[in-house]
Amino acid sequence: MERNLMKGNEALAEAAIRAGCKCFFGYPITPQTELAAYMAKRMHKAGGVFLQAESEIAAINMVLGAASTGVRAMTSSSSPGVSLKSEGISYLAGSDVPAVIINVQRGGPGLGGIQPSQADYWQATKALGHGDFHLLVYAPASVQEMVDMVVTAFDRADKYRIPAMILADGLLGQMMEPVSFPEISTNNYDKSSWAVDGHKNKREHHIINSLYLKPDELQNSVYERFERYEKVKAEETDAELYLTEDCDILLCAYGATARVVKSAVNSAREIGIKAGMFRPKTLWPFPVKEINAAAKNAGCLLDIEMSMGQMIDDVKLALNCSKPVHFFGRTGGVIPTPAEILEEIKKVGGAE
Amino acid sequence: MTTEILLAGFGGQGVLFAGKILAYCGLMDSKELSWLPSYGPEMRGGTANCSVCISDEPIGSPLVLAPDILIAMNQPSFDKFVDAVKPGGKIFIDSTLIDSKCERDDVECYYIPSSQLADDNALKGGSNIILLGKLIKETNLFTLDTMKKAIEKVVPPSKAHLIENNFKAIELGMNN
Repeated sequence: MERNLMKGNEALAEAAIRAGCKCFFGYPITPQTELAAYMAKRMHKAGGVFLQAESEIAAINMVLGAASTGVRAMTSSSSPGVSLKSEGISYLAGSDVPAVIINVQRGGPGLGGIQPSQADYWQATKALGHGDFHLLVYAPASVQEMVDMVVTAFDRADKYRIPAMILADGLLGQMMEPVSFPEISTNNYDKSSWAVDGHKNKREHHIINSLYLKPDELQNSVYERFERYEKVKAEETDAELYLTEDCDILLCAYGATARVVKSAVNSAREIGIKAGMFRPKTLWPFPVKEINAAAKNAGCLLDIEMSMGQMIDDVKLALNCSKPVHFFGRTGGVIPTPAEILEEIKKVGGAE
Repeated sequence: MTTEILLAGFGGQGVLFAGKILAYCGLMDSKELSWLPSYGPEMRGGTANCSVCISDEPIGSPLVLAPDILIAMNQPSFDKFVDAVKPGGKIFIDSTLIDSKCERDDVECYYIPSSQLADDNALKGGSNIILLGKLIKETNLFTLDTMKKAIEKVVPPSKAHLIENNFKAIELGMNN
């Protein structure tokens, strides 16, 4: 298969187009702007619509409108912009409208900075807006995975009628790596039972709605959605387990951080420390059985993030706090180095 | 084995472009590789830099903190990164724009007046490529053939008439 060199942001855009995305609505923000720029160049040639909205809020509501007709629609932004989109994301979830949202994270809170960060984990997995709901959240760690996960995200969003997020970061968005685009066969999910795509009075009209004034009706709609979440939890978790079979200390990391951690794990092995790594590829649902399998023989865990420690909550919950979980993180746009992670490994794992 | 390369200079000197050529060399040779630009405000007038990793194995962190090879294109970049180079590493220096001499004795330094050479040979803006020419002469990272192929790939079709100039710049670098 031909290898091309592409920036992560561009690869996300190209993959979306190949996955059949017909509408992209965005608003520029560093470090994801190349994605929108690529869409501006390519989308109309692919027979779709690119529109630079007047704001992030407008863009997400355009996604809601477009996706309601059954077409594949996407928006992308970086941390502060995703916060602006959160109301619309909650409406998408409450209306069971599938769509893909991309967050190329930068440092926060507030306007923060423009360097890579993973400080939006809580937002992405726990509260991407008000109300009882989840998004499917995918965490790529390479440019190739950005391609693969966009394709999966569109597919699963349609399959379950749940919006999906790609949680990347500035490092992955800006870097170039070899990437190949596999022949993409997209499933065509039948949306005829709900899409508002015109009916010429030949059927009952469809309504896309998230307003239920009767509490029991709203409760039933949330119950139904949570039944789908259970199916997703059972079937859609994914993780990479690296050298976990015999590991004494299990490192946990996702996204770009996992690349650095893998280097540190290799260095630890060279000096005789049995380290391994668990890398969730789906952040929601969190790969509970996978982490338990990975941690089976480990005495302790070491969670590494580009934040003050957010995924660590899910790590502890998944293990029922049965083993000690240590933490090391850098934040604000600072990227941890393999050397400092190795020091942490020595501190918690190499003592004996 | 992984070779970590850091290219640094002013925004506009073609630091990212030169890095891209190295990345495409890796692609041509079926290597694993990564290319990471600095994308902060510094790229608008201050120092810009670019990390390139070339390897036989998958790349861990694409961020180069301790390069095996440094290409320094201005004084602030030289000052900032000279001490970060790994012992045994190589430094390629545009001596037209950098006055200082490296005081370390555990690295190899190559002083090439690349900006001057570019001006003298009507290759305006070709200093970056001249330094790449020197790099392939002094390391066995890539062959001339690979680099020529990479240049043909990186230069956009609208600027195809500049390919020959880039080839000339490489040869200048190799012969100085």
